[in-house]
Amino acid sequence: MNHGILVDIAFLLLAVLAVVSGWRVFRTDSMVRASFFLLLSFIAVGAIMLLLAAEYLGVAMFFMMGVEMMVMALFMVMFMMNPAGLNPMVMVHQHRISMGAGVTAFLVLGLMALLTRFPNRPLPAGLEPVASLGHEMLGGSMLIFESAAVVLLATMIGVVVLSSHRGRYGAANEGSLPPGLAPGGDPAGKPKEDQDGGHEHHHHHHH
Amino acid sequence: MVAMSTTIITITRQALLARKEVWMTLVTLLLLAAALIGIGLYGALSQQSFVMLMMGLELMLNGVMLAAVAFWALSGAGAPEGQLLTIIVMAVMAIEMAMGFALVVAVYRGKQADMTEALSELKQ
Repeated sequence: MNHGILVDIAFLLLAVLAVVSGWRVFRTDSMVRASFFLLLSFIAVGAIMLLLAAEYLGVAMFFMMGVEMMVMALFMVMFMMNPAGLNPMVMVHQHRISMGAGVTAFLVLGLMALLTRFPNRPLPAGLEPVASLGHEMLGGSMLIFESAAVVLLATMIGVVVLSSHRGRYGAANEGSLPPGLAPGGDPAGKPKEDQDGGHEHHHHHHH
Repeated sequence: MVAMSTTIITITRQALLARKEVWMTLVTLLLLAAALIGIGLYGALSQQSFVMLMMGLELMLNGVMLAAVAFWALSGAGAPEGQLLTIIVMAVMAIEMAMGFALVVAVYRGKQADMTEALSELKQ
């Protein structure tokens, strides 16, 4: 049995799945579905990592992205006007430029991949990928690994500060008005009586 | 489940060492990574909603991680730094998500909006 063919078939299927689901992220009406398409793309790439013998990274990809995309789907339900995709929706700007930039990035990177001669040095026969990664993380590259931990701690503090109810100068939602339905228009859903106040909104009591 | 994945991994490693693949080469892997980066760039530039924009960034990092692992496995002779680089990209991804969501919450508190256009006054 030639296992190489099996690996090839698996790789091609996973590659198509990664690209198609990655594309569908931006072509679906439902934002929750978009986050699940993104999860699908990540899982396909994680499986390709398993095919490449990066066992730890592939499995870590499944776990990490599973959790991350669930958080993303929850955020969609919390904040988005149309998370379930009941109405058709296109929320894009500078569409042509973006399309051109994406195609150009693919072409330039693809040409580099095709034209460059990379050394052909596959994994050595006796390599234990997980063990070698562990020795590297807790050995030669320990400083890098530990710096990542400090950065993550700083991120946690920053996230709490940014998302706190109490802003730097009082309540974070002080004077907050919904945007107008038309650009520059009156705030949406706001009663008429408040319009005489102008900048006097901070006299109102906020909870 | 564990036995199945162990079998798959064993089979793959045998095939990798025998170098019998025709399709899973460094070039095709890099082309796939380039496609993911291109689609992600399109999404990050074109989407109006903050969270959709972040999805574009994530898709780009997805391609970057794939390229790093491909180099590690097929061109880097299994140097452990290749795997470490991928772990660092994963950490960057988690940081980007956390800070992005916190910014969305902060913008929503201030503007009651989740679209990039709501921040147009920052341009002035």
